[in-house]
Amino acid sequence: MKRLVVIGAGTAGTMIVNKLSRELDDDWSITVVDRDDEHQYQPGFLFIPFGDYKPADVVRSRHAQIDDRATMVLESVDRVDADANSVVLMDGRTLEYDYLVIASGTHPNPAETPGLLGDEWRKSIFDFYTLEGATALHEALEDFTRGRLVVNIMETPIKCPVAPLEFAFLADSFFRQRGIRDQVELVYATPMPAVFTKPIAAERLGHLLDDRDIKVETDFYVERVEGTSLVSYDEREVDFDLLVTVPVNSGAEFVARSGLGDELNHVAVDKHTFLSKAHRNIFAIGDAADLPTSKAGSVAHFSVDVFVPNFIDYVAGRPMTEAFDGHANCFVESGDGKALLIDFNYDTEPLPGSYPVPGIGPFRLLTETVVNHIGKKAFKWTYWNVLLPGRPLPVPNRMSMAGKIQTNQGDDKT
Amino acid sequence: MTTATIAGKQLTVDDEGFLTDPQQWDETIAPALATNIGLELSDDHWAVLRFLRSDFASEGETATLRRVSTIGGFPTKQLYQLFPKKPAKKMAYVAGLPKPKGCI
Repeated sequence: MKRLVVIGAGTAGTMIVNKLSRELDDDWSITVVDRDDEHQYQPGFLFIPFGDYKPADVVRSRHAQIDDRATMVLESVDRVDADANSVVLMDGRTLEYDYLVIASGTHPNPAETPGLLGDEWRKSIFDFYTLEGATALHEALEDFTRGRLVVNIMETPIKCPVAPLEFAFLADSFFRQRGIRDQVELVYATPMPAVFTKPIAAERLGHLLDDRDIKVETDFYVERVEGTSLVSYDEREVDFDLLVTVPVNSGAEFVARSGLGDELNHVAVDKHTFLSKAHRNIFAIGDAADLPTSKAGSVAHFSVDVFVPNFIDYVAGRPMTEAFDGHANCFVESGDGKALLIDFNYDTEPLPGSYPVPGIGPFRLLTETVVNHIGKKAFKWTYWNVLLPGRPLPVPNRMSMAGKIQTNQGDDKT
Repeated sequence: MTTATIAGKQLTVDDEGFLTDPQQWDETIAPALATNIGLELSDDHWAVLRFLRSDFASEGETATLRRVSTIGGFPTKQLYQLFPKKPAKKMAYVAGLPKPKGCI
């Protein structure tokens, strides 16, 4: 009997367990461990502050998403003992494995920023990357009638890196619909040198913030929060009446306790195969890994499509022949019932064009359309009913240049 | 992309003057790059630059400020003193490494 243990029953872990339950024969036992039974549809968090979704719309049982052939264990992980090939749980139990997949994600860590968890936390400071934060922010937005709303990113990388920008666009739309946009100042503070750092996206989308009168503070790396001020390392201050912050993101604590993580507890892996750089029988996939592409559900999805056939080969002693290309595909809400779509990988920046069918779409890349927004909203059904069960989606896991419009600037290779 | 003459060498740079090929960098180039952005390299600068180069060689990515502080051992405040205002970008520029980027 060979044993596969998967840590984390989120997007990547659930898909892997469901696909491998079908692919691996009866000689295998598959165990998936997670600390709780709440599978949260994280892309839906963005819509909770604005009242479009309720918390109950985005949560289902983790267990119910898992194939019956796999065993689910509900307990937190204390540590991985890689030398002993075992996972030690908080209640003292151990799970022995022949192969381990770490799919424990990355999480907002507000304690990393001095002062963030002070008196103003959940009074005038909110996050929306947790269900609790998004729900509390909904109430705060309902009561917010005038003043300065600051959206800030503490540090990169964060998961779903376009979400803070989407939040700013949706907030602009929200306040306009309430007739109080002129009473609200919107500020977007980012540690990056610009909101759009890829040349073609910058050229095509740079106007979006100006059009909406969203002020931008760049190179703003927050050292601490003092009352209702963000203070950067170079001693600039940004005051707020309402702060919507994206805290530092870090991987699971057990990753650090196990000596498997980098400076933010993400697991160092080969960027094409997800195999740990330190251990030949450990993989890390999804947000938990240190891949140099976006931490996003689409990346988890495309990664799993590459990982599953590779894993079958790997455990049979054959070379892994599939190579992940860093493909990400993300809808970007731009407000007023429209959205953009971006599609890129390790080597190719987001380009304009149509997706997934060249010349037809129905989605338009780097362009605001109603159809893109409908696609984003419809994805919730697809997520629960097609993606998590591991059924095939009619989009290729490798990024395609078909349907994309290349310009002279499209030579960005980093 | 264009070609620039830096420290007597012909190098390929992007429109912001960043080296496009990290392999073209060597330690004779760094002082000239530093001068371009108004810096004079001290021993402290060199310690940071050498960490960045060795980390890039092993990781294939330009280290973030957090990585330079936690793995390299250079406090973030010090990086802001050595490379004022935009340390991540300036460190990458002088070290001949890819500049920090987001996804879009």
